[in-house]
Amino acid sequence: MSSSQAESQVNASRSSATSLYSTLFSVFRRELRIAFRQQSDMINPILFFLMVVTMMPLGISPQASVLSELAPGLLWVIALLACLLSLDGLFRSDYEDGTLEQCILSTQPLYFIVLAKVMVHWLTTGLPLTLVAPLLGVLLSLPTDGFVPLWLSLMLGTATLSFVGAIGAALTVSLRKGGLLLSLIIMPLYVPVLIFGASTVRYAVEGVAYGSTLAVLGGFFALAFVLAPLAIAGALRMSVEE
Amino acid sequence: MVNKSPSHHSLLTFKQVACHRDDRVLFSGLNYTINSGDIVQITGANGIGKTTLLRAIIGLLQDYEGDICWRGQSLDGRVIDKDIDKSANGNTANESTDNESNANENTDKNANKGTGNHRYDFTSELLFIGHLAGVKQSLTPRENLQFLANLHGTTAYSLDQVDDALAQVGLYGYEDMPGHQLSAGQNRRIALARLYLNQATIWVLDEPYTALDTQAIKKLEALFVRHAEQGGCVVFTSHQAPAIQTLRILSLSDYVGDHKGNLDE
Repeated sequence: MSSSQAESQVNASRSSATSLYSTLFSVFRRELRIAFRQQSDMINPILFFLMVVTMMPLGISPQASVLSELAPGLLWVIALLACLLSLDGLFRSDYEDGTLEQCILSTQPLYFIVLAKVMVHWLTTGLPLTLVAPLLGVLLSLPTDGFVPLWLSLMLGTATLSFVGAIGAALTVSLRKGGLLLSLIIMPLYVPVLIFGASTVRYAVEGVAYGSTLAVLGGFFALAFVLAPLAIAGALRMSVEE
Repeated sequence: MVNKSPSHHSLLTFKQVACHRDDRVLFSGLNYTINSGDIVQITGANGIGKTTLLRAIIGLLQDYEGDICWRGQSLDGRVIDKDIDKSANGNTANESTDNESNANENTDKNANKGTGNHRYDFTSELLFIGHLAGVKQSLTPRENLQFLANLHGTTAYSLDQVDDALAQVGLYGYEDMPGHQLSAGQNRRIALARLYLNQATIWVLDEPYTALDTQAIKKLEALFVRHAEQGGCVVFTSHQAPAIQTLRILSLSDYVGDHKGNLDE
């Protein structure tokens, strides 16, 4: 009797765990599909990144000595702005077509649905930015020592930006013109990431150990990964529930 | 989850429910009981608060007065005692302030009984299709339906079941066509196909007839009747007059006006 009870309990917990993961994966798959079918949304931030970086030598100075000094900060600032650019639409279409209502009314925890959405957002914006960044580093004559740290710091940094930015996107999703407000809410939260991200690259270029700043970025990411979905889920509920 | 024996017990009970938008009272003093086996159409003029009421039921609007109970337990987490039950059955709108203070006392008394779990229980028995159906234009009907159905249920529906449901709503052959190539009615049908893939007891549908042709409406009504016969209940809003014999109509215009002297306009 007790063994069968225990068995049924185990079965119940197993089935809920499976459905939890299947929710996570089904949201993940769906979001990836949508992203790949609306490629303009995906290409936009990269194009912005590319355009601004190529204009920098024209606007400032083509001299390698000047550019290489500015490169770490410039690359980071532009990457951050490109991320910000992509945030506004993160929950917008789901809000407008009613998917968000269904997600909130789901018996699955909103936390995991949101987690999957933000992960896909990073995969389709932050990750491509990170991958092209070293290439653009060449355009800005970033010293070779800076490439690996730039890559690592952007990897951790853009992921953090996606998670933190999603909080702002969730808060402003019910506003028709939430773009400006979104930037105002998010910018102060982005500043620490920018400071540690840019200094990681600068330290590397200057030949100083950059492990500590990278560790701080890693810490930011860990915190954002675990805690931001809670805030995002709460903000989404608030936006939809009026 | 659907109760097979149609014993007509009460599922959803409204007690002195009032909703307002900004400072304007939409309706007040709403007492109504929806039993298993009921098909209830909420009617009323535009802007009277039909959608607001539906959102209050499903929990997307918490800013309402009075009580909405699911299987006798308030969805706010309050447990209602018999006194309020009685007064709520007779239309005693004047006593509403007393009732409310009563209810507040009960909140304290039974705080440990009524929990957020009840809201969860309700949600797991609920199927809601809103004005906005949650259908993505860039996805195919199959992808849309599979996601929406699996998002809610605890059981995962196979691709065959999804295709069957799509065939039921007449989307056979359109499974792999992206949503923006389909008509408005076809997109609506994707959402309604969820009605074939669920174990929910209560269906809450906001304007389910929108963009549907007469054939589809007939089929939908037959589905409502079948669901009601199995012991479920259907609550929907519409401006059309459905051809359902057991239909109950909840006219919100009966509850508009100065029930409690809330606002002097």
